[in-house]
Amino acid sequence: MTQVDPDASRSIVEACELTRRFGPIIAVDRVSFSIAASETFALIGPNGAGKSTLMKMLTTMLPPTSGRASVAGYDVAREPQQVRAHIGYVPQLLSADGELTGYENMLLSARLYLIPHAERSLRVEAALAMMGLTDAKDRLVRTYSGGMARRLEIAQSTLHRPAVLFMDEPTVGLDPGGRRTVWAHVEQLQDEIGAAIVFSTHYMDEAEEVCDRVALISDGRLAALGTPAELRGAQGADATLDDVFTALTGSTLVEGGPRQ
Amino acid sequence: MTVMRGEPDTGRRSFSLADFLTQTIAVADAEVVKLRHDPMDLVSRAVQPILWLLLFGQVMGHVRGLATGSASYLDFLAPGVLAQSVLFVAIFYGLSAIWERDLGVLHRYLVSPAPRSALVIGKALASSVRGLAQSLVIYVCAALLGVGLSFDLRHILGVIAFIVLASALFSTFSLIIACIVKTRERFMGIGQFLTMPIFFASNAIYPISMMPPWLRTISRINPLSYEVDGLRCLMLAGGASQFGLWFDYAALLMVTLALVTIATRMYPRLTE
Repeated sequence: MTQVDPDASRSIVEACELTRRFGPIIAVDRVSFSIAASETFALIGPNGAGKSTLMKMLTTMLPPTSGRASVAGYDVAREPQQVRAHIGYVPQLLSADGELTGYENMLLSARLYLIPHAERSLRVEAALAMMGLTDAKDRLVRTYSGGMARRLEIAQSTLHRPAVLFMDEPTVGLDPGGRRTVWAHVEQLQDEIGAAIVFSTHYMDEAEEVCDRVALISDGRLAALGTPAELRGAQGADATLDDVFTALTGSTLVEGGPRQ
Repeated sequence: MTVMRGEPDTGRRSFSLADFLTQTIAVADAEVVKLRHDPMDLVSRAVQPILWLLLFGQVMGHVRGLATGSASYLDFLAPGVLAQSVLFVAIFYGLSAIWERDLGVLHRYLVSPAPRSALVIGKALASSVRGLAQSLVIYVCAALLGVGLSFDLRHILGVIAFIVLASALFSTFSLIIACIVKTRERFMGIGQFLTMPIFFASNAIYPISMMPPWLRTISRINPLSYEVDGLRCLMLAGGASQFGLWFDYAALLMVTLALVTIATRMYPRLTE
């Protein structure tokens, strides 16, 4: 028995010396942290810092080279199917099927996540309503705006009430209005299902607004970890997280690394 | 942080066949729904096999000396063309898997708790549905051209079984190729390169007895030959099987199971 009672355990995600190599390149280098249940946690770093690779390992999409990680009490390498049953994952690329309607996409997820048949349509309708997509549910997803598609994917990823919702750059490419709407819906959703939220971004303002804690990632390593206030504190009251990042890593977020 | 947490509804430890079927059918059904949104795709793909029957079949029918037994050449050709159209639809299935990977849709499947085998079998069944839809068009066309079809219910159910199996076999084979080559450009080249030998090194358009010995050997290990042989037995009134109907079924089933096992291991790595 490896499952830990989630209410008794303090952390829902644990990474210990997590490492991933691609040939000679070390994409993620001995990263350790733990994330508490219902915490909102951001991974911040420039493109190529290793955020996506880290998230792929935590969501079982990529096996770690060394080190270990567990999510909801299950080991990502040894019990991937159990991990997947307890998480939602919104990947960086649009994963909703453009050739299906919003409702059909939701129904596909409901069946893949084994939502009991009798509850399926009720839960799908409720999730669509919560994300403000009821009016668009019968339209093909390729006609959706970027923000609408993101909201649909978040609804698809949380239909089974996961313990952790992972989102890889959830608001990249969205206009400020679209970003605000996505976050308003995510916060509402978190109040309802109480999931921990782990997301990557390179928008510092976004991280400062919505996060409990932030991990700064640079060159595959964990450069700093703390609440936005703690990280700023070390650099003076007027410092932004951008300043913190520059002070810690000697590079900036925008130009900090090679493109992925 | 004392928030009420809803427990996930999934993550049951025991393997349940009902759950497996739900997930498999979910994958296949998504494809069927897409087909319903865009049925023109089926019609356009049916043009090529109809041309084979209409042009190739009519001309070659006048050639004496093709050892097709008592059947006319058109009767001999019809099951071959049916098998060919199933092959041509299924063999490009890997391309759509790569396409789904590039779009990001594949992630939606892979992050779900569905067993990888359910995803692979679901995709294979989706290809079977396409294959069956194609077959309907070819049946109508063959009947209009006067091919001596059998409409015995048992024979028709048998034909359906062969088409489902063969579609699953070739689409899963295609999925494995996709997992190896990983890009659309490379797949396009290889897809063309594969279909022609599979088609010509089989009994689809001429009897194996006409082949030189080396080609005969290849055609005997070519799964398409067993599909055509089974179809020739079941599709035509008074049709006969060269290898034995149950042998044909068993050969296709075993190759399909082996390919599904391989694809189940390779499919998740398409995203790496």
